[in-house]
Amino acid sequence: VASVPADRPSHHAAHHPALQHHFDNLEQQKESATFGMWLFLVTEVLFFGGLFLAYLVYRTRYSTAFVAGSHHLDVKLGVINTGVLIGSSLTMAMGVWAAQVNRRKATVVFLLLTIVLGGVFLGIKGVEYSHKFHDHLVPGPHFTTDQSVFPGVNLRHVEIFYSLYFIMTGLHATHMVVGIGILAVLAFFAGRGKYSSAYYNPVECTGLYWHFVDIVWIFLFPLLYLLGAHAR
Amino acid sequence: MSEHVSSPKFYFLIFAALMVLTAATVWVATLDLGAANDIVAMAIAVTKATLVVLFFMHVRYSTRLTALTVLASLFWLALLLLVTLSDYWTRGLVGIPGK
Repeated sequence: VASVPADRPSHHAAHHPALQHHFDNLEQQKESATFGMWLFLVTEVLFFGGLFLAYLVYRTRYSTAFVAGSHHLDVKLGVINTGVLIGSSLTMAMGVWAAQVNRRKATVVFLLLTIVLGGVFLGIKGVEYSHKFHDHLVPGPHFTTDQSVFPGVNLRHVEIFYSLYFIMTGLHATHMVVGIGILAVLAFFAGRGKYSSAYYNPVECTGLYWHFVDIVWIFLFPLLYLLGAHAR
Repeated sequence: MSEHVSSPKFYFLIFAALMVLTAATVWVATLDLGAANDIVAMAIAVTKATLVVLFFMHVRYSTRLTALTVLASLFWLALLLLVTLSDYWTRGLVGIPGK
């Protein structure tokens, strides 16, 4: 009978249940997961990058119309939402921390807090959208024809600003809806004790995604909301 | 595993810095600085994004491969923006005979 040397424990004895067989150890598995998540985020940077590019091209071409359009966004709600989202990034980071230090209950609480803050953000966004529908600022056949709302600028150019506003914030909000869904699944498994200091890759990777979505908003907020601020 | 674990206190510090920078960008936007308004706003946004990437996303403590991947995303984004905008933003700078 072949004996296993004492300094080399048998493969199965050393197995953490979360370690998949194609990885040497948990550390390699975590590095692979993080790397894969970052590669996905590279594609996301370019996905949103195309929209930022479109924004920059039209912004320089129709700058007065963009300032006029921006003027009609609600800066107060924009600021509140920026705070809410940064707060959700804090609770997300704390969720990862709680998993790292084996605090099961705290992990669940922080993940749920992140969901709540994400929900608050989407709620405020919904209020803003409904105002825009009410004011006929949604691009399409019902876009405002009232020149007195935007004196001295081409309404078609203002419509382009609002097209970019809805596409960019809408795509951002879609990412948040997806993130909230993933967080709900995470919170469920965290409650069942699936994550620990040895294995918390899903929490870490979801954190990367959530913080990325936060970063997108960090750029969207000044570009969309603050253009007309000094004209107030 | 030798994992770097940031303290909750540190995370709150980063959060506070992000909130202060948000207030700063809102305040600066109320001043009329001409073209500098955009530059200041983007400088603040880049600073905030850097804080999030380095500390909330742990890139400060990550492997070189991760850092390289982050830089690669910026490289491709720069290509996308610079190559396209070097066209759009320079149109009309030079007179074209017959046009």
